[in-house]
Amino acid sequence: MSALLEVRGLTVGYGGAPVLRDVDLDVPAGSIVALVGANGAGKTTLLRTLSALVPVTRGSIRLAGQDLAGVSVEDRVRRGLAHVPEGRGVVAELTVDENLRLGGLWRGPDRRTAVAEVYELFEPLARRRDNPGHQLSGGERQMLSLGRALVARPTVLLLDEPSLGLAPRVVAQIMGVLRSLADRTGLTVLLAEQNVVGALSVADHGVVLGLGEVVASRPAHELAADDRLRHAYLGF
Amino acid sequence: MDRLVFLLGTGLARGAVLALFALALVLIWRGARVVNFAQGAMAVVSTYVAFEVTSLTGSYWLGLLAALLAGGLLGFAVERGVMRFASPASPLSGVILAIGLVMVLQSALGILFGPDYRPMRVPFDDSAIVVGGVPLLSPYDLFVLVVAVVVMGALAVLFRWTSLGLQMRAAAFAPEVSRLLGVRVSRTVTVGWVLSSVVGSLAALLLVPTSLGLNPHATDSLFVLGFTVAVVGGLDSPVGALVGGVVVGVAMSLVTGYLGAGLVPIAVLVLLVLVLLLRPAGLFAAAEARRA
Amino acid sequence: MTGRQRLPGQRPLARTLVLAAGWTVVALGGTFALDPFRNYQLALVAAYLCATAGLTVLVGATGQLSLGHAALMAVGGYGFALTTNALPFGGLAAFVLALLAGALAAAVVGLLLGLAAARLSGPYLAGLTLAVVVALPAVASTWSTVLHGDQGVQIPFEGVPDALRRVVALEQWQAMVAVVVTAAVVTGLTLLRGGRFGLKMLAVRDDEVAARLSGIPAGRVKVLAFTASSVAAGVGGAVLCFVAQAVSPGAYTVGFSLLLVVAVVIGGLGSILGAALGSVVVVLLPWLIGRLTASLPADAAQRLDGNLAVLVFGLLLITVMAVAPHGLHGAIDAARRRRRPTPDVPPPAAEPAPRKVLVPTEEQR
Repeated sequence: MSALLEVRGLTVGYGGAPVLRDVDLDVPAGSIVALVGANGAGKTTLLRTLSALVPVTRGSIRLAGQDLAGVSVEDRVRRGLAHVPEGRGVVAELTVDENLRLGGLWRGPDRRTAVAEVYELFEPLARRRDNPGHQLSGGERQMLSLGRALVARPTVLLLDEPSLGLAPRVVAQIMGVLRSLADRTGLTVLLAEQNVVGALSVADHGVVLGLGEVVASRPAHELAADDRLRHAYLGF
Repeated sequence: MDRLVFLLGTGLARGAVLALFALALVLIWRGARVVNFAQGAMAVVSTYVAFEVTSLTGSYWLGLLAALLAGGLLGFAVERGVMRFASPASPLSGVILAIGLVMVLQSALGILFGPDYRPMRVPFDDSAIVVGGVPLLSPYDLFVLVVAVVVMGALAVLFRWTSLGLQMRAAAFAPEVSRLLGVRVSRTVTVGWVLSSVVGSLAALLLVPTSLGLNPHATDSLFVLGFTVAVVGGLDSPVGALVGGVVVGVAMSLVTGYLGAGLVPIAVLVLLVLVLLLRPAGLFAAAEARRA
Repeated sequence: MTGRQRLPGQRPLARTLVLAAGWTVVALGGTFALDPFRNYQLALVAAYLCATAGLTVLVGATGQLSLGHAALMAVGGYGFALTTNALPFGGLAAFVLALLAGALAAAVVGLLLGLAAARLSGPYLAGLTLAVVVALPAVASTWSTVLHGDQGVQIPFEGVPDALRRVVALEQWQAMVAVVVTAAVVTGLTLLRGGRFGLKMLAVRDDEVAARLSGIPAGRVKVLAFTASSVAAGVGGAVLCFVAQAVSPGAYTVGFSLLLVVAVVIGGLGSILGAALGSVVVVLLPWLIGRLTASLPADAAQRLDGNLAVLVFGLLLITVMAVAPHGLHGAIDAARRRRRPTPDVPPPAAEPAPRKVLVPTEEQR
């Protein structure tokens, strides 16, 4: 059976040498796939390409069997693809509540319940409802951007470096939330991370990206145990 | 003393209009990071539409309505037809395109209508109401003040409490993130231009009949005043535009009353220089605006 | 950096001077071939070129735009006229003194405006300078005892010096003077841009924070650049006053100020050659259009007079920005490059590191 998100032969280049070359990737429904690799391996570019922020040179992206070619950034969201960008993308000038409302703008009446659910999931946010984004701590910001993506009730969640700059305890908390969402609600996650240990610990499957190519794609626990690969591509 | 009260009253009404015009500038600045140097010229086009429609139909209100529609259309056309070419990499390109637009619009008006001043009538008395022996506002000033307050209130409601307003604010602060959340940013930018052009046109419509006189260059000085208001209040701050409008409006009214109308352009210049020297971010700039 | 290393656009001093002298001689020789009206137009072009060259250096090197260079020309013009009238003698000495006074007046005003707005990034300088042009008539009528309001200030007629009276006509003489003064201004601007200060301006324009971190006082550089640009405009105004024997606010309107911007943009932002081409277009096109519309009925001609040229310039400005942001000069450059496939730059080995970081190629300017 085919995966929920299916990438085939994806090649992306900004003019010169390709940044991504012939990338194949499958994210099955209800699973967490960790996308790991060193800085500059192309993780962010891959995510941005999936969202149509970066144009595809060659290859295809299919979501639930439908080809996404020609679908705009804004419409991909409406088709169920939520993208939490690197650096979290909290709109600093808007309040927590406004940021969350923004997450489900096009959703209609069930938005209110979705926002309420996020406040339940991340309690610290409920207390800071009316504070502007720039007053939040790093952890709160990550909760907010994750929560904002969830308000849209996505089928696939693309997360770019959620652990960057956060304390280990907060990282563990966020990873825990992801795992439980995947198990409980069938949320599908593509998680780009430099924090390989953290990412592989919650993921079902791991994909290693090296200089724009997929160098390994295996169950997460196998990857975590492969010393050779760890040394060659993950730097620890 | 009576004179002071009267000048303060007129200054308040004048300031409300300046605040509207500055608000239109702030709208575009926040949405597109362009100071729309063509806003005055665009507004004067709308004012000519009002003049023509009023002459044809005899109704001030039909003229007003037509002018606001024309303002909206013009905003749409300018954004889609001209400003789209502005390069995001160079802030100058937007300014230069706007200047090109000023030249096109003003010269086209000059060719169509000639350089003479056209008289415009308003449906209200322009002489002051006297309360207890003290001359206060004129009925027209009162009308202007009410319209300005209503429009500002409506804008506040739009931006604070509606989904469209939320999208416009988000798109202005973080365009890419907004797109990722499904906000159609190019559409919100267009809406911003339309809105700004309508508000700018309204300001010119309120001010031209009684104090500027209709002529292709009628709004040159209005633009400078509006720009000064926006700088005084901080280009990023709608509340600043409001307060700045009142400050500048009252100050100019006092200058006119005590020193003579001829000194107003110089007073504006002095004010602008002082604010830029002492508080370049504006007197009321929000502190958060400068944080990353 | 060592004295040897040079960036494209920077020329050795000697070469700049030779080039300047060459152009000047060509232009002076040219005055003999032109009839009086053409010489008058040449004098106008020269006067405009002072202002547009100053403007283009400001834009190209600091990325900021002035919409008020007409006002700075007016300041120079008033300085020139008032000094001429105050001096008890005439002749060359009076001319030079008045010219210097005009330049000084423009420098003072430019410095003040620069301090207020040029330090800031963003549209502040453009808005402030626009406010200055709009206020000019009010300034002239407020201090009308000195500036004589809308009438302006006249200066006594000074004809061709006796020695030359047989050889050159008045218009030709004026054109020659304008050419020589303009040559000096343009050479000065070229040297300024080509020297250490030019490097600083580029550094500040490209990345203000980085420039500050490498010890360049960014604010001061911007203010000085604007002041230099103001001086150039002021000298242009003085030349215009010399040619017209009067200066009045009616000649320095917002419209004229925008025309200077047009000249700079269609010539190609940042290019002095482009500013020269732009100045020619700005002088000749309205005249050509005036000739074309002169045959129309009086009413139509009156409405088209002036307006049609502005309409064309406005459309030109929008088109150039949308289609060819590098202007005439950029187009010529591109054509030249197409003809000559090998680029006209020395091999990279001769010019190491700073090329990529600092240097705007001719296209970027």
